[in-house]
Amino acid sequence: MSKITNVLLVGVGGQGTILASKILTHAALAQGYQVKMSEIHGMSQRGGSVVTQVRMGEEVYSPVIDPGEADFIVAFELLEAYRWAHFLRRDGVLIVNNQKIVPLPVLIGKAQYPATIINDLKEKFSKFVEIPAYQLASEAGTSKSTNVVLMGTLSRYMDFPEEVWQAAMEARVPAKFLEVNQRAFVLGKQFDI
Amino acid sequence: MKILMTGNEAIARGAYEYGISVAAAYPGTPSTEILENIAKYPEIYSQWSPNEKVAMEVGIGAAIAGARAMVTMKMVGVNVAADPLFTVAYTGVRGGLVLVSADDPGMHSSQNEQDNRYYAAFAKIPLLEPSNSQECKEMVGLAMTISENFDTPVMIRTTTRIAHSQSEVELKEPSERPIKAYEKDALKYVMLPAHGRARRLAVEARDKRLSEYTESVEVNSIEMNDPAIGIITSGISYQYVKEGVPRASVLKLGLTNPLPKRLIRDFASQVEKLFVVEELEPYIENAIKALGIKVTGKELFPSYGELSARDVREKITGVPGPNLEVPFQSPMRPPVMCPGCPHRGVFYVLHQLKLIVSGDIGCYTLGAGAPLEAIDTTICMGASISGALGMEKAHPELAEKMVAVIGDSTFCHSGVTGLMDVVYNGGNTTVIILDNSITAMTGHQDNPSTGKTLMGQPAPKVDFVALCKALGVKRVTEVDPFDLDRVKEVVKTEVAAKEPSVIITRRPCALIIKNTEKPVEVQECTGCKVCLKLGCPALSFDEESKTVLVDTSLCTGCGVCTKVCKFNALRKAGESNE
Repeated sequence: MSKITNVLLVGVGGQGTILASKILTHAALAQGYQVKMSEIHGMSQRGGSVVTQVRMGEEVYSPVIDPGEADFIVAFELLEAYRWAHFLRRDGVLIVNNQKIVPLPVLIGKAQYPATIINDLKEKFSKFVEIPAYQLASEAGTSKSTNVVLMGTLSRYMDFPEEVWQAAMEARVPAKFLEVNQRAFVLGKQFDI
Repeated sequence: MKILMTGNEAIARGAYEYGISVAAAYPGTPSTEILENIAKYPEIYSQWSPNEKVAMEVGIGAAIAGARAMVTMKMVGVNVAADPLFTVAYTGVRGGLVLVSADDPGMHSSQNEQDNRYYAAFAKIPLLEPSNSQECKEMVGLAMTISENFDTPVMIRTTTRIAHSQSEVELKEPSERPIKAYEKDALKYVMLPAHGRARRLAVEARDKRLSEYTESVEVNSIEMNDPAIGIITSGISYQYVKEGVPRASVLKLGLTNPLPKRLIRDFASQVEKLFVVEELEPYIENAIKALGIKVTGKELFPSYGELSARDVREKITGVPGPNLEVPFQSPMRPPVMCPGCPHRGVFYVLHQLKLIVSGDIGCYTLGAGAPLEAIDTTICMGASISGALGMEKAHPELAEKMVAVIGDSTFCHSGVTGLMDVVYNGGNTTVIILDNSITAMTGHQDNPSTGKTLMGQPAPKVDFVALCKALGVKRVTEVDPFDLDRVKEVVKTEVAAKEPSVIITRRPCALIIKNTEKPVEVQECTGCKVCLKLGCPALSFDEESKTVLVDTSLCTGCGVCTKVCKFNALRKAGESNE
């Protein structure tokens, strides 16, 4: 990896994008890359749209990914994939949890939840990967491990050895949730795309 | 050892490594995590203060007494703390004193976008701008050195992308925590006009010495590369420059007040075309122009919002990147009050009663959004009460159509003086204190009304009822915000009263209590949609069945929706169908 790899994690406040990014950055650092990560929180804690940016490579300056420059987008929710899709490079990989979390303007009838998200994204991006991460997480033992299922899927595309991911999870996931998250990671990794 | 840290964590680590003994703050995004992380070092005394002015004065007191002290706040907090700041700039310090101002270009979570670098120039104090987490940590050490060697408070200015971005930090063992002996020195620390005039001259002399120092300090340095493009920059913009135009020659400024004039001239003479890249105001640019040097800055870059590597590349090289249209239209996903939030029902009632609502800063500012749309003004911390008094003085008849709403932490911060003003000046204002027993929006910090300190010690709780009565408010009512009928009745009565009144709605934040209620149940819904006017994320409308659905994974069973349903279709779990 001589160039910089840009990973954008997008989702809804409360979905665990931050823990996912901590696992990813821990692994990248252990792999010897320089790593920068940027997150926006504050107002977004209250169920708003959240975005975490991870950049890794030999020399990384900016902590922020520009539109059109993400190598990977990991979307924790369908509408958020739609919202942030223009950040992906044309040949970038779009990993999407096919879960819907309806935003308030839609709940109160002031806006429509777009009906054609999956088709639109498939049409525009050749490397579109749809994952039922919420269901897989529930199978693993708790829907709260949706974030780690998605890291499992992302791991297929990164050149980190398995033990680096394992060590990252051990370091970042609270001990009592480690086992269920390890299962979640494997389910995300092995899911037949 | 190298680890990843946010800028805020790194500043806290710097406080630990460079001998800070006392740290004080009021929470505010993006600064909050500095004190939360300092609190993990038991060697440092740390505290939440009721507001930034108080925090600043605690820091000043500690520094005058001889300890190294740190005070942190978001940029608008410096407005509150400006009074002591401008005078401690005259007195100087005994132990080192550093103020961290966390600015928010792009206004991710702020009500304005002020560029606090001007405060340093205005107060005539040194200003440091770190460009990554490592520098955040080291600049705490540099701030201590400058503060003690030049007898001045020092400001470190970060921005959201510094405060909340992680990069590698090399950890070191902490140095000593020096505390100098206290000695009375009234000429220096009692700012009577006569003493102040002498200190005024000391400030000028100090500024001269600092102007020499800034020319050779390590954090101001030239990285010579292609002389065709020269860029002067500071803070996060340095990272955008290095990535956007890697071949450019760069003058990186870490100490930006006072600016190194000779170094700037020297750099300008070595490059063919000179640019300044800085977020927000033309702070560096104007100073360079004042030296008579030709430089391009705000002609290319806006004085609002954040920059990026792409912006810098496109504007400096003049080569536009690929045209990236946003391909899809997505409905907004604004932050909302959480399911079970005790504020929701109160705003529903205020909306129903069509009252003018003078608002304040906190989670409850979200009451301004659809569908509640129940806030008329939000200016700054504490402005709800005093602003309502002003509205009432302009239009006396509004007193019966208006309330001020303010949270527990914000009331402690600067609502008390406003309420005192209402009583003193004969206002009829009705104030609702939305007491959820925590400073919620910034991520649940304790405050003087919660009964706990930052370091986890038990503390006395401010008694709001007794406090309001002591201020002279005779009508003080406490009410459960989930009891909508009662809330409505009390608000109507108090708004009509021809004297000041305070309503305290008491319920802990939904995110800090262990909820034992079961989700609300739906039976025989008529599809009238009244409950949707609450804006609860747990309620949605199913177009097929034409009934309301309760998302049981979100619903906390607070039951507020059961109170607005006119058909008894929404019920608390287990309530009978009779």
